[in-house]
Amino acid sequence: MLRLQNIQTYYGNIQALKDVTIDIEEGEIVTLIGANGAGKTTTLMSICGITPPRKGEIAFKGSRIHQLKPESIVQLGICQVPEGRRIFPGMTVLENLDMGAFLRKDKAAIKTDLDMVFDLFPILDQRRSQLGGTLSGGEQQMLAISRALMARPRLLLLDEPSLGLAPLIIQQIFEIIKKINEESGTTIFLVEQNANQALKLAHRGYVMENGRITLVDKASVLLENDAVKKAYLGL
Amino acid sequence: MKNLKQSLAVSLWFIFLTFPLMVVKVNTSDKIVQWRWMNILWVGLAIFLLSFVWRHALARKEARQMAAQSGQDDLNKPTRIQAMLEDQKLRTRAMFALLIVALAFPWVFDTYQSTIMISALIYVVLGLGLNITVGLAGLLDLGYVAFFAVGAYSYALLNHHFGLGFWTVLPVGGILSCLFGVILGFPILRLRGDYLAIVTLGFGMIIKVVLENWSDFSFGPSGIANIDKPSLFGLKMDIAASTTYIYYIMIALVILTVIVTGRLKNSRIGRAWIALREDEIACVAMGIDMARTKLSAYALGAFWAGMVGVMFAAKTTFINPASFTFMESAIILSIVVLGGMGSILGVILGAMILILMPEYLRAFSEYRMIIFGAAMVLMMIFRPQGIISNVRQKYQFKGLKEKTENV
Repeated sequence: MLRLQNIQTYYGNIQALKDVTIDIEEGEIVTLIGANGAGKTTTLMSICGITPPRKGEIAFKGSRIHQLKPESIVQLGICQVPEGRRIFPGMTVLENLDMGAFLRKDKAAIKTDLDMVFDLFPILDQRRSQLGGTLSGGEQQMLAISRALMARPRLLLLDEPSLGLAPLIIQQIFEIIKKINEESGTTIFLVEQNANQALKLAHRGYVMENGRITLVDKASVLLENDAVKKAYLGL
Repeated sequence: MKNLKQSLAVSLWFIFLTFPLMVVKVNTSDKIVQWRWMNILWVGLAIFLLSFVWRHALARKEARQMAAQSGQDDLNKPTRIQAMLEDQKLRTRAMFALLIVALAFPWVFDTYQSTIMISALIYVVLGLGLNITVGLAGLLDLGYVAFFAVGAYSYALLNHHFGLGFWTVLPVGGILSCLFGVILGFPILRLRGDYLAIVTLGFGMIIKVVLENWSDFSFGPSGIANIDKPSLFGLKMDIAASTTYIYYIMIALVILTVIVTGRLKNSRIGRAWIALREDEIACVAMGIDMARTKLSAYALGAFWAGMVGVMFAAKTTFINPASFTFMESAIILSIVVLGGMGSILGVILGAMILILMPEYLRAFSEYRMIIFGAAMVLMMIFRPQGIISNVRQKYQFKGLKEKTENV
């Protein structure tokens, strides 16, 4: 579905991604794990067109997208939940969700999607007219995921959804990510530092170090891999 | 009690500080020193009162915040004014009354009052225009007066060289300003915060310097005189009639601006602007075209300044670069901030206060800037959201299942 081929992304003169190749099949949950500064977020930003790669190719459903503008990429059905949630603090929950559907014009379908989102996160239903900035961290993360879902993505990119959340909430959010994948068949690309949780959830995993992909395998295999265990699982 | 003690200490300190200025007076011609002991009392009393009121207000503000944090008082709760604004019936009635007052104004008061009112209305439109850029899209613009100048000079020059009339140039001025808005917008698409402010400030300066020095084009500092007043089917009008006429055009322009900016605010692009103000990265992630959104905010903000610039040139019949200084930009920005960012009614009120007050308080004209500054400081401490904070339309999705009870 999505194929990154030997992409190289730079920030000014600094090369952040060195020949990154990633394949994501339709319906999969793929995770990308790695330490701080490995280039995980940059990979996501490159897919979204916010920091386009200088070299290499990104293809979505067979057509090249790495030269498109961010808004065109969203239009194609790739939507990201940015790192640190980044909800609109001065807007209500409902308005935040409405912004997620910004590019859509099918009002009836937006309504059914709102119902779907509220089914998924009942707490948001209770808080629908509350300002986004007054929500708790976990609720904000739920809102950020819901907002991205409102764009009806075919591929959902999640950037560290567990960041700064309590273990119980993380559990809850990961379960919902699984549910989104299973129920609507949305392909999910999950970038995480919480390697243990991410690998348990995902079908396949990529390990990233200093801008390179160092390991690719089934998630269950990676969980047993000695190097991964030592470096990321603290075992 | 603590407040009283602290205020007392402050007033004693001030008595000590101002002693040489307020008490001792050397009369050089008679070679004697006058001791004005009474002044100690006045200084002490005034400072004591000021300090006490200040502390009391601060304490009250803190108490309210504490209450809000502990959930006793909801900060999001609409204030009394906001509640009044929500009331449809009251609103239509108030609008109607306001319209009648506005229409009757030039017949009740004399030409001088009308002239003052016209300049206040000009600033209302300027404030509403800047409100799009600053209040909605959150892009600070310190050179807004440049667009005003573009409008004014486009009318003055087109009228001078080609004899074009007011009504022809009115839209042309707006569109030219729009164009300058886009020209300014392009280089600053990537800038934020302080850098944005500096570049817009520079842009305002550039326009003024160009107008001052490019004499072949703009007649330099001496300006352009004898600009035609707005015409009405070729009728000859004396000054009073013409002022009334301009006043009505201005009222119409204000109404147009209010309607258009009000509609814009609740439109798709308006929501994109508000989202842009809230979080840029999230905006991009939602698929909002950043470049287009920012440029449209500058262009549409500039449009109104251009229109009203044409109006300004036609009203004064003489313009020169001195009318378009940074001070003007600062005043327009203050109108937006003081009135309440993003709030249309607030901006109108802000313009009225900031433009009409100095006119009617001519007696205090020397202290104008002091009062102005103090008012701003007080405003930022006690009411940072402006006189009338923005009431946004809440999005209602009709037909959405209500199922809060089963959770």
